[in-house]
Amino acid sequence: MQQPNKLTPFFENLNFERENNTMVINFGPQHPSAHGQLRLVLELDGELVTKAYPDIGYLHRGIEKMAENMTYNEFLPTTDRLDYIASTANNYAYALAVEKLLGIEAPRRAQVIRTMLLELNRIISHLFFLATHALDVGAMSVFLYAFREREFAMDLMEDYCGARLTHSAVRIGGVPLDLPEGWVEKLAAYIAKLPEEIQTYEDLLTENRIWKMRLEDVGVISAEDALNWGCTGPMLRGSGVKYDIRKEEPYELYAELDFDIPVSDRCDSYGRYRLYMEEMKESIKILKQLIPMYAQTEPQLMAHAPQYISAPKEEIMTQNYALMQHFVLVTQGMRPPKGEVYVPTESPKGELGFYIKSEGEPYAYRLKCRAPSFFHTGLLQEILVGTYIADVVTIIGSTNIVFGEVDR
Amino acid sequence: MRKYTPKDNVQAKAYYTDRFWAAPRVPREAVEEGGHFEKVVSALGESVKESYIEVGQLVLHIASTDNFAVIKTLKEVCGYTQCSEQSAVDYLARDGEFELFYQLLNVHEAKRVRVVCRIKKNEAIESIVPLFNSANFAEREMFDMFGIQVNNHPFLKRILMPDDWEGHPLLKTYPLHGDEFASWYEVDKIFGKEYRDVIGPENRDPAHIDRYDTKRFARVGYEVPFGTDISEGETEQSIEYSETFMVNYNKSSKQLDKRK
Repeated sequence: MQQPNKLTPFFENLNFERENNTMVINFGPQHPSAHGQLRLVLELDGELVTKAYPDIGYLHRGIEKMAENMTYNEFLPTTDRLDYIASTANNYAYALAVEKLLGIEAPRRAQVIRTMLLELNRIISHLFFLATHALDVGAMSVFLYAFREREFAMDLMEDYCGARLTHSAVRIGGVPLDLPEGWVEKLAAYIAKLPEEIQTYEDLLTENRIWKMRLEDVGVISAEDALNWGCTGPMLRGSGVKYDIRKEEPYELYAELDFDIPVSDRCDSYGRYRLYMEEMKESIKILKQLIPMYAQTEPQLMAHAPQYISAPKEEIMTQNYALMQHFVLVTQGMRPPKGEVYVPTESPKGELGFYIKSEGEPYAYRLKCRAPSFFHTGLLQEILVGTYIADVVTIIGSTNIVFGEVDR
Repeated sequence: MRKYTPKDNVQAKAYYTDRFWAAPRVPREAVEEGGHFEKVVSALGESVKESYIEVGQLVLHIASTDNFAVIKTLKEVCGYTQCSEQSAVDYLARDGEFELFYQLLNVHEAKRVRVVCRIKKNEAIESIVPLFNSANFAEREMFDMFGIQVNNHPFLKRILMPDDWEGHPLLKTYPLHGDEFASWYEVDKIFGKEYRDVIGPENRDPAHIDRYDTKRFARVGYEVPFGTDISEGETEQSIEYSETFMVNYNKSSKQLDKRK
């Protein structure tokens, strides 16, 4: 029996001697396979999970509350802290939602740069998924190989925006900087090398007996369940529903780009692993098409909307009226029109959407971040039941949840 | 007399607004005839109070008591098989109401619908968990953040905040930096309420800066010798500014060091 005192509180959920011979154990929040701060309370009958209760909120920072107290531009760097593995996807989803509210569109060069960053970030995120998922399941070497390639991609990110994790590389209305000299060549070199590396990972894993035994028919979700539980991204496509927001509700340059949406109807962790590998190849394909597109664009980087977005620095320094508008925008913040908007985007984890309710003030009246991982965590209470305790780690890894965006 | 500050909305507000400024509105378009959305609106019939298209998505205003029936029709007749998001907006200060929204997705048509309804302060809303399991976590979060009761929810419990938390953080009446309860939460929980006086506000917050502490904290611009007692006031010290000038080292042939 536990002896509770003020420093070691009593955990009422932990009970090892129950009448029906089940055991209740606590998984996390500090478990290395919990991908952050997930606490799972599992009821076990032998090694079989009979009940699972995901307990979240250990990383809750009140980001939606902060959004109501920050001007639109101030809030943008905060979105980095949602899904910190793919911050550009968050920055972009937020910026796009505000742009839809304002009714503006980023100039062509900014669109090319943004799409490049988004796809590079997808590669970074997928490599991270592969590395940690493999490590959880027991494949140490894949972790090291995948992290090596991820470092090169993060170097590219660093060359562009100066940060490796918290990029803030996208602004409302465009991007702040043009690509540095030689960046495109470096990117071309990277994506020329990456397919070989992906081949290495596939050689290591795809037909690996242990990998297949740990992943095949583990974490099975039917297409109906996946839709019902709000699964999106690879979780949905892994269950045979071909829905990718980039294709179905295209934003940015995705309507012009030629790429495929890989789908798997295996519905299990192995199918999802194959999807992630295929998606990386598709991202490489997209990046290859974007490189020649970049050269054909005009140098304008931010949209021209003087009411909402500051003029370029040269104009601010030379023209009185641009300076005045810049001063007002910096000190008071932009005031979007009244209205509400929900904009979904395809982040590496799934559907990342921002719902913004504006009352015409410089502060959002309400901002709701629809995070894919939040709903994938909710799914755990369903799919963990009936699996063995050894598969719990595989399933958590396969859902690819990141707690920055679960708890927000 | 001090300026009256309203207590029903303590969030950040614009400190200056032009008196002639009127906020424009995001254009709302009518539901076009013969399109997919018109079928949706006609399938729902009388229960739709208002419908329009805003930024490409159909918005349906309904009565809060109809929410289950409307969403059931949307799921079973119109093919909206995914509930992407569900939450609320606090309009208590202005209208005494919450605005609830359900964001639904039709995977086959790639269309999105937002169902909007309003409830009064102490009213409850019917759960849609029997239709969409994704609403399980979403409704729990709404309960946690706004205190909105959801009828027939299988497990309505706080989700992001601790179970013994008081107050609902996303209400407009809740300050950004937390209330009195929030600031003493750890102290109350670990040591007990009677320790509030012993610990004091300066020790409950690890990021607290004590301006009289000259041993641990560098006081930039107001340095005093290490360990000096300055509780009785400190000696005035003139602040010295850096005397670096902007020099273009590439062009100027000027010798920087006078001795050379």
